[in-house]
Amino acid sequence: MTAQSINHHSDHHHDHDAEARSKVLFGFWIYIMSDLIIFSCLFASYVVLHTHTFGGPAGKDLFDLNYVMIETFLLLTSSFTYGLAMLAEQKDKKSQVLGWLFVTFLLGAGFIGMEINEFHHLITEGYGPSHSAFLSAFFGLVGTHGLHVTCGLIWMVMMMIQVARFGLTPMVSRKLACLSLFWHFLDIVWIFVFTVVYLMGVM
Amino acid sequence: MSKHHENHGSVKSYIVGFILSILLTVVPYYLVVNHSMDTHGLILVVMAIAVAQLLVQVIYFLHLTFKGEASGNTLSFIFTMVVVLILVIGTLWIMANLHTNMMPDTTMNSGF
Repeated sequence: MTAQSINHHSDHHHDHDAEARSKVLFGFWIYIMSDLIIFSCLFASYVVLHTHTFGGPAGKDLFDLNYVMIETFLLLTSSFTYGLAMLAEQKDKKSQVLGWLFVTFLLGAGFIGMEINEFHHLITEGYGPSHSAFLSAFFGLVGTHGLHVTCGLIWMVMMMIQVARFGLTPMVSRKLACLSLFWHFLDIVWIFVFTVVYLMGVM
Repeated sequence: MSKHHENHGSVKSYIVGFILSILLTVVPYYLVVNHSMDTHGLILVVMAIAVAQLLVQVIYFLHLTFKGEASGNTLSFIFTMVVVLILVIGTLWIMANLHTNMMPDTTMNSGF
């Protein structure tokens, strides 16, 4: 093979990767949009049901805004550190990618730990999802978000293993970009959980 | 040199987005904690700040633009936002109507 044909071959390969990448990212984006609609239904039912406390506690009596503030900062910072991981990925710096992914994972795990603690606290006090329509809607909405974050964390562990084993190949890089969309999206949903459930709950 | 065609922004854009996000989280928190205005006004302001936060994150973290191939993402995002608004506002509208028109009058039940 001449040098030119090798070049041509790798160009062709690159085009193919780029095309696969943009298709996969667009498809994943459409999935995120449909997930957004699931969340909007949960938000709508929460807003309708949040006054139906069945004689039990309302958000005002249950929520600790300072605690939720820390959760919010953890998730917000994790979104930022994932962005830094993506920038390192663009520069082909494998160890930096691993480092930022690990930091993001720790922040996300901290968020989930705090949320599980909050849920545990509510349930042991007798205010589980079966107590009132308000609590059903609350656990439904916040729990669905928490479940998404948990899935994101498992995915992140998988990505750390893949980056370590395969390096930053086009396939790994594509998956990192999908997880990036997913992670930023969860942060955006949390902003609305924070505003609609917690801030408006304690007013 | 960047490896891919899509735009992942720069360190600067992530830092700007991060600082704006923190500001847009801290400000509503203080407004609510200090009861800066009546509940109705507070709800409007806090929701407006949340929408501003959404735009900040969409622009600085998700890098949605109208340029090039990525405009498909932006269009589907706008379409989804319309669906979300119809779902949420429509639900609240219908349920509020049901609440005012269909709920049994509690004062009539007091005799039972």
